[in-house]
Amino acid sequence: MLEVQNLSMRFGGLLAVDQVSLDVQEQEIVSIIGPNGAGKTTVFNCMSGFYKPTGGKIIFKGKEIQGRPDYKISRLGMVRTFQHVRLFTRLSVVENLLVAQHRHLNTNMLAGLIGTRNYREREQRALDRAAYWLERVGLLELANRDAGNLAYGQQRRLEIARCMVTEPSLLMLDEPAAGLNPAETKELNQLIVSLKEAYNVSVVLIEHDMSLVMDISDRINVISQGCPLASGTPEEIRQNDDVIKAYLGEA
Amino acid sequence: MVKNNLGHAAFCAIVTVIISFPILGLNLEARGVNITLTGASTSTYVAILVAAATVFVFQTFRDSLMGLLRKAPKLNPISRKQPMERSRRVKLESWIITGIVIFALFWPFFVSRGSVDLATLVLIYIMLALGLNVVVGLAGLLDLGYVAFYAVGAYTFALLSEYMNISFWMALPIGALLAGITGMILGFPVLRLRGDYLAIVTLGFGEIIRILLNNWTSLTGGPNGIGGIPDPTLFGMEFGRRVKVEGNTSFHETFGIAYSGEHKVIFLYLIALVLAVITALIIRRFMRMPVGRAWEALREDEIAARSLGLSRTAVKLSAFTIGAFFAGFAGTVFASKQGFISPESFVFLESAIILAIVVLGGMGSQLGVILAAIAVTILPELAREFSEYRMLIFGAAMVLMMVWRPQGLLPMRRTHIKLNRQE
Repeated sequence: MLEVQNLSMRFGGLLAVDQVSLDVQEQEIVSIIGPNGAGKTTVFNCMSGFYKPTGGKIIFKGKEIQGRPDYKISRLGMVRTFQHVRLFTRLSVVENLLVAQHRHLNTNMLAGLIGTRNYREREQRALDRAAYWLERVGLLELANRDAGNLAYGQQRRLEIARCMVTEPSLLMLDEPAAGLNPAETKELNQLIVSLKEAYNVSVVLIEHDMSLVMDISDRINVISQGCPLASGTPEEIRQNDDVIKAYLGEA
Repeated sequence: MVKNNLGHAAFCAIVTVIISFPILGLNLEARGVNITLTGASTSTYVAILVAAATVFVFQTFRDSLMGLLRKAPKLNPISRKQPMERSRRVKLESWIITGIVIFALFWPFFVSRGSVDLATLVLIYIMLALGLNVVVGLAGLLDLGYVAFYAVGAYTFALLSEYMNISFWMALPIGALLAGITGMILGFPVLRLRGDYLAIVTLGFGEIIRILLNNWTSLTGGPNGIGGIPDPTLFGMEFGRRVKVEGNTSFHETFGIAYSGEHKVIFLYLIALVLAVITALIIRRFMRMPVGRAWEALREDEIAARSLGLSRTAVKLSAFTIGAFFAGFAGTVFASKQGFISPESFVFLESAIILAIVVLGGMGSQLGVILAAIAVTILPELAREFSEYRMLIFGAAMVLMMVWRPQGLLPMRRTHIKLNRQE
């Protein structure tokens, strides 16, 4: 469903991403790994429309989307989380989820002022969906807390829930396990797998936690210094000499 | 501790002398065509020295004095009580607000004309502050040129009545709409700007509008302003002693009561009250609608908001437009109240005062903003006896407020949303 072909991103004299390709099928978890500064997040930023890639194509559901504005890409069903959690901290937990459903709501101002039936129905549906996902990630009791007051692990889960209420077909997670303890990482592991199986979502994952990556990925792409290094199943990557060299240094 | 402070204290005392001596100790006197410099009286010199000594003593013992201040008992006796239950509080709040509105409806019939006039001004400021609250408090866009939209509303009414004889009730929606459109047009170029840059550009826009009004003499009368703006009518009844427009009747004749100048003042007050209540209700509704949540989301994190499919353009423009719309409302009422407007009324200081109201009240909080609007408009009037010191007192009050309660009088509270467990 997603195909990235020869993606390149140049910042002035720096070629941050060079000819990276990857593809994601329906219901698949694809990981991008690589040493720090390899350009993983830059690839994400190009895919989600924050950067205009300087070369290559990104095809999502048969449409070329490179260079489209970020909010239009997310409306196509491709949403992301951030390396550093980006919640609306002074909004309550449930409001965070309502904002995310903006495009499912009746945003006609007159309809809202009068409170038409369509407006109220859609608003209620959004509330129900929010409640469902809060229950799913174990935050229902905290629905009216300010999002900024949640513990770090809860904020991470809220960010994923916030993506899921938009009903995406492709979820991009940027280091979702960063800052989580082993127990939380395990929960996250189960959550991601269930997203794929129960909700028909494909996942692109950037992660440093190798046990998580090896555990849940269907396929892995390795990037080093902006260039594609290897791709394959977790087993193939584990035994790839180039990858071992890039991570451990040359012997 | 005291020893450490000595140097600093001496420095502060010297600065006090350096600042106050030229201002208070030296006088310019005009004798014929010559101006001579004379010293002030001995008592002034003594006062300056006393002031310097006070500064010195305070700075020396600053730490222990401030420590004492902190130990002083809390002024608020209820601060230790448990907060009220949510459902009870919401109910109580809505009863109190309804009570205040009803009181405000009947209040003008028992007080002096001057108080009603001042109250009308307060209501105009409430409308302005509620509108700016959308832009600054909710959408987080620092707008220093808000007075421009107020001016558009006021001048729309003034010009329409001058050239086309259009009445208040026709001009009210036109003025608000034109102000809203101006807001949208001015919103376009600043979409990409945030924070300081946005503040500077909006400041510029505010000045452009004012200077335009000042210099387009053929249309606006320039600095002379526009006079003879008609009063609002009640179903074609005028409030003047004699009917001005043919076809209208006069209020006192229709009801067979004696003419009184107060009728008009009270009527204007009631119009302002109704419009202010409408403004508050509509914006309150907006805050709980998708558009209101989008404003706040954009304020909190623009990148995250966009990644979830919110269009920055639509959200920011709607905030600018709606804020400007209500400023236009207020402007029309203002023009009608004054009967005469000139660019003098729309200087930067007005923008600053409206912004101060929003910040003092608590960004995003409607009740806080309304309280602050009342305080900021009435306090300078109450302090009139202190004449030249009243702006000083006003400034000091603001500084203290920001030190002790930076979140504002009544910080915004999030509405509680009830969720049903889903299977």
